Amino acid sequence: MKLKSNIAVSDSGFLFDPTTGDSYTLNETGKVILEMLKEGKSEKEIISEFTEKYDVDEGTFEQNLYDFLRMLSHYNLTEI
Amino acid sequence: MEKLKYERPVINKINAGTPDKFGMNTRVKVIDEIDGVKVSELLKKYGSPLYVISEKTVRDNYKDAYRAFSNRYPKVQFAWSYKTNYLDAVCRIFHDEGSWAEVVSGFEYDKALSNGIPGGQIIFNGPDKSDEDLLKAIDNSSFIHIDHFDELYSIIRLTKNTNKKAKVAIRVNMDTGIYPQWDRFGFNYENGEAWNAINRIMLADNIDLVGLHTHIGTYIMTPQPYYVAASKLSELAVRTHKKYDHAIKYIDMGGGFASKNTLKGAYLPGKDTCPSFDDYADAITNAILNSEIKPDNLPVLFLETGRALIDDAGYLLGTVLANKRLANARRATIIDIGVNLLFTSFWYQHEIYPAKECSNVTEDTTIYGPLCMNIDIIRDAVQFPVLQKGDHVVIPRIGAYNMTQWLQFITLRPNVVLIDNDKNVNIIREKETLEAFKNLEKIPGHLNGK
Repeated sequence: MKLKSNIAVSDSGFLFDPTTGDSYTLNETGKVILEMLKEGKSEKEIISEFTEKYDVDEGTFEQNLYDFLRMLSHYNLTEI
Repeated sequence: MEKLKYERPVINKINAGTPDKFGMNTRVKVIDEIDGVKVSELLKKYGSPLYVISEKTVRDNYKDAYRAFSNRYPKVQFAWSYKTNYLDAVCRIFHDEGSWAEVVSGFEYDKALSNGIPGGQIIFNGPDKSDEDLLKAIDNSSFIHIDHFDELYSIIRLTKNTNKKAKVAIRVNMDTGIYPQWDRFGFNYENGEAWNAINRIMLADNIDLVGLHTHIGTYIMTPQPYYVAASKLSELAVRTHKKYDHAIKYIDMGGGFASKNTLKGAYLPGKDTCPSFDDYADAITNAILNSEIKPDNLPVLFLETGRALIDDAGYLLGTVLANKRLANARRATIIDIGVNLLFTSFWYQHEIYPAKECSNVTEDTTIYGPLCMNIDIIRDAVQFPVLQKGDHVVIPRIGAYNMTQWLQFITLRPNVVLIDNDKNVNIIREKETLEAFKNLEKIPGHLNGK
């Protein structure tokens, strides 16, 4: 999944989509995932890095990640 | 290396809605213990979901209510409204504090007797009293609150050939300026039915009119209607005394005091808007004291408030079963507490809190119960913290009506525990079993072959 290139994310987790003018807030983990996506990391890489760094099992994180990615695409923040 | 604390990733769209002066809560409230007992330990030991009652809160609430009325009026007697919560342990706490029993069926009447309450301390309300119930109440010198003329004539018939007098009051309904006006119970004041009933009783041989009763409605959010109601009952008492030289011994103002829960559609939370016991007490006692009733004949003031005394003392603990997305991508959380256990969710916006510390990030969420029924919705829309499957939740203020109006529907009812003043946890109603449930069923012979 690829984020739209013009999406801006601040350090505090504030996201701005210049195409629509819509703003969003992210929690800490959401912000980290978004940064990883911006770096072009694959879903597999994100899962592996997250489960290593955070106190979460793979099954739970995978489920949460795909839910989160679906929300990004629901808000049209990803490239088609 | 110690791993970082994880929270489910969340993205929330910022909607510039109409601003209001109240703003949003920026912190998520957590209820992780009740009277010093950890929620997680309660659920681990007694299963989920779980009803919890705080004995301390019950007693504190009772004392607060009693203080409010007895500071303003010399003769006050509370009667515990059985239908609000008739678990024996709960009733016995109220009886221990000095409450009599207020019952509305033969079943509740027998339950009160089995809790050690003498018949002379039972108020028998409601439209459904069989001849057998009435005879028992007459025999035990209970106070029968007459709901309709059919009941009055039943009592006249039943007492004709006895030497025992029935002690009765009539229930009076009236216009107190509120909507809806409850006119289905008792005799109407304005159209003269209540006065007719009093006259008929005064002419009967074996019936002693000892009281006047009203119960103006439920969840009354302003004290003023109680002033009107108490004034009208006082007026009837004065009129009875004038005509028959008969002093009414008590005025029973019923219940209907609001608890701190928030009704659906209310703009402000109930805890900010509902009157205190002092507000209600002011209205009621002022009306009686300012009436024409002579000081020597001042009646005992009976109160049957249920909800306002027990709601705060009850908690429902549960567990998140699943998170999902609805068609419009809205968050839905399914918990193991359904409308079968939380009947009051049909009219309250129940507060619901996590049982452990979590971040202040929330999502617009619909909270469903576990039932395979579309109506099983605990909250339509609530800003809810980011919980995962297995996390615990606490719903406070559920002590009134949920443990009597609960439904054995789809699943069995769980344990009910009481945390006593020494922080001991006591099971006061065991979780139901399939065996106990099936014991009531009978299978006809032709279906019993295999």
